[in-house]
Amino acid sequence: MKVELRGIHKYFGKNHANDDINLTIPSGTIQGILGENGAGKSTLMKILSGYFHADEGEILLDGKPVRIASPAAALQAGVGMLHQDPLDFPPMRVIDNFLLRASGDFFPNRKHAAQDINLLMKEFGFSIDPETYVDSLTVGERQQLEIMRLLFLGARVFILDEPTTGISAAQKAKLFETLKKFPEQAITVIFVSHKLEDVEKLCDRVAVLRQGKLIGEMGREQGKPFDDKGLVKMMFGKEAPLAPRQTHSQERSVLRLENASMEDARLKIRDVNFEARAGEVIGLAGMEGSGQGTFLRACAGLIRTVGGKVQINEKDLTGKSYHVFKNQGVEFLPAARLEEGLVPGLSLTEHFQLAEKSEGLFINQERGVKLAQERIASFNIKGTPVSAVESLSGGNQQRALLSLLRTPLSLVLIEHPTRGLDIESVIYIWGKLKERCRQGSAILFMSSDLDEVLQYSDRILVFFNGKVSQPLDAEKTSVAKLGEMIGGRGWDNPTA
Amino acid sequence: MKNTRFVNFGFQILAVVLALIVTTLILAAVGANPWDAYKNIYAGSFGSFEKFTDVLVAWIPLLITVAGLLVTFSAGLWNIGVEGQIIMGAIATTWIVRLLQDTTTPPALIITLAILAGMIGGALWASLAGALKTFGGVNEIFGGLGLNFVATASTIWLIFGPWKRPGVASIAGTESFNESVWLPTMGDTRLSLWALGLAILSIVIVYFLLQGTYIGLRLKAVGKNPKAAYLLGVPTWQYSMMAFMLCGAFAGLAGAMQVMAVYHRLIGSISSGYGFLGLLVAMLVNYQVIWAAPVALFFAALNIGGIQLPIILKLDSSITGILQGTLVLFVLMVEGVRQKFMKRVGEKQ
Repeated sequence: MKVELRGIHKYFGKNHANDDINLTIPSGTIQGILGENGAGKSTLMKILSGYFHADEGEILLDGKPVRIASPAAALQAGVGMLHQDPLDFPPMRVIDNFLLRASGDFFPNRKHAAQDINLLMKEFGFSIDPETYVDSLTVGERQQLEIMRLLFLGARVFILDEPTTGISAAQKAKLFETLKKFPEQAITVIFVSHKLEDVEKLCDRVAVLRQGKLIGEMGREQGKPFDDKGLVKMMFGKEAPLAPRQTHSQERSVLRLENASMEDARLKIRDVNFEARAGEVIGLAGMEGSGQGTFLRACAGLIRTVGGKVQINEKDLTGKSYHVFKNQGVEFLPAARLEEGLVPGLSLTEHFQLAEKSEGLFINQERGVKLAQERIASFNIKGTPVSAVESLSGGNQQRALLSLLRTPLSLVLIEHPTRGLDIESVIYIWGKLKERCRQGSAILFMSSDLDEVLQYSDRILVFFNGKVSQPLDAEKTSVAKLGEMIGGRGWDNPTA
Repeated sequence: MKNTRFVNFGFQILAVVLALIVTTLILAAVGANPWDAYKNIYAGSFGSFEKFTDVLVAWIPLLITVAGLLVTFSAGLWNIGVEGQIIMGAIATTWIVRLLQDTTTPPALIITLAILAGMIGGALWASLAGALKTFGGVNEIFGGLGLNFVATASTIWLIFGPWKRPGVASIAGTESFNESVWLPTMGDTRLSLWALGLAILSIVIVYFLLQGTYIGLRLKAVGKNPKAAYLLGVPTWQYSMMAFMLCGAFAGLAGAMQVMAVYHRLIGSISSGYGFLGLLVAMLVNYQVIWAAPVALFFAALNIGGIQLPIILKLDSSITGILQGTLVLFVLMVEGVRQKFMKRVGEKQ
């Protein structure tokens, strides 16, 4: 099935997520969509698969304009999307997952469905027991299940959103093998990824998105590889000129990891050895979900390490809770400001009272208001002591979060310190953070903005699929080099 | 600002009017004269001094329960198990009295110990719901509901089993306590000024706890956003547990008052549904401690006034329950409408 996107625009508030996207994908091709986080890839795919509506533009399937009102309508038109998190029902059996969304009679025909499943499995060489429960399957098997279900429901265009995250190498090989059979049946595959390597192995053509715009397209001549450098340049744009940096790094160790291993639902990070010194800024680079979030939370004691040691200020805190870390001068600032960082419904004053050490049983309201006024002034927060935190703008919420940090601190761990903020706030917040470094705090932060990582870090750790690089000297590396590494290339010689 | 307050007040009046209309329609539907019914409810509650003291007798356990529930509400917990906590308080109180009343222990000491035992009993029972939630991942609504059944069954077992009256075991309850350990009542009325004092003290304590202390602030933070509260350094599960136990202690006190000041024995329906009624009041006042006392008084008056209906109008007294229920539903609904309305106004400006 041929897919044409014409003049697609999508706004989220002021954010122009898709800016005039024109893309034609011939029938039976495997099309790669590359781009860093927030480039607009997922938005575009969700428009094509009916989850979002484009504010402007039209979609043509096999040359006919279609209106895709919902995911169900998309599937009816032949467009199926395989999401990053499989959209299935883990507590139910495989066969029930099939039957659930197949339209049909009032009484489902289980026998018929089981035959269909077995037929599909034979065709693609999968082996999943239809009577098994979905939550006992691996992510890779759930993907296979989802692929079969979409085929079963008649999809002729397959959208896969970051399908290779969290599956094993063998499952990935199987997946690619399966996908490569699709063009024979004139099924079009759209493969969304930030991994250059995967795109190279699989795709016939690549389109690159950056900041909501389609930057360029590249086809592959028979048997020849893609132009790597060209793709990286398209993904990340310019090589940023570096501002003069100041470093406040001291000798004293504030964080030491010895053979530390940690894991979340998808990734395992093994045997990390790392030391952060007082006054140092460490940037964690990597695509979302490559392990840097887990790493940051493990350094805060929010996730227990599964092996090795975590030392704060030369004290072994392995396995201790966040509050023990906090007593050693560690603070964690989450990216989800209103969800995790602040308490909606409480005022700024109440936040300061919560964060400070309490003196006695009763709250001294006068002192609280005075404290709030001081902090509001010194952090330039646009709000009053009685303002509820949810009434503040994003930038001011971030300032409020920073103003809650106690003094002195050994280690500040920050998820996306400036995500979604205007440039004025970004500069202000980094000014405040550098002030902390001067006072001897070390800062570890993760960011998907490579320019930010390069500009403010002393050293950089790159994460890719649970692998952690050796610390890179920020002065000796570049956006292009980082871009390659977070895409999974150039890991053989990471210190270069 | 002034305008907003006026609009808010208007919405609240609207809720009361809507609740009255529905109740009136129901009264009319069963063939009663609504006006007569309301008049009798009023006469039955505020009609005479004696009637009013009866209202206060009902107000005491209700207000104490609401005081406790405001603590759990602030911590974001739906302590449905409050009913069982009242019952367990009553059982613990009865146990201490039965243990000590025939010894030489001074009556004042017995009363004090019995009341304390009631509070501890309620708190421990509440800690079960808390532990189920914290360590077992059981939602406090389900845990509390289950524990309520266990508590009710325990009273029945005690009344018909170990604590049955010599000769005839009956749902009417255990043997009455010695009169020396009854809480003294005022004149000919059933009202104990001691119990009244404890009820008022309870709500005052909760007022200051929630408005002016670090404990109250942290409870609110845990209730509104446990993740952020944890990152800000509040030991969250300990505070949830504490909220449960505080509420349980107040509920136990309410149970103790029912035993010591009203029935002087353990009866089958010792909680008289004050736990559930307390939940309605707590929802209605929406975390505002100041409103708890008057609203609880109004509900108590409806309960007592409703007793008149079967006697005089041959109506079922559950009509006051309908009025209470619709009132809460309409207040919650109107609050939702108000928020949408204010948002729309806010967007227009």
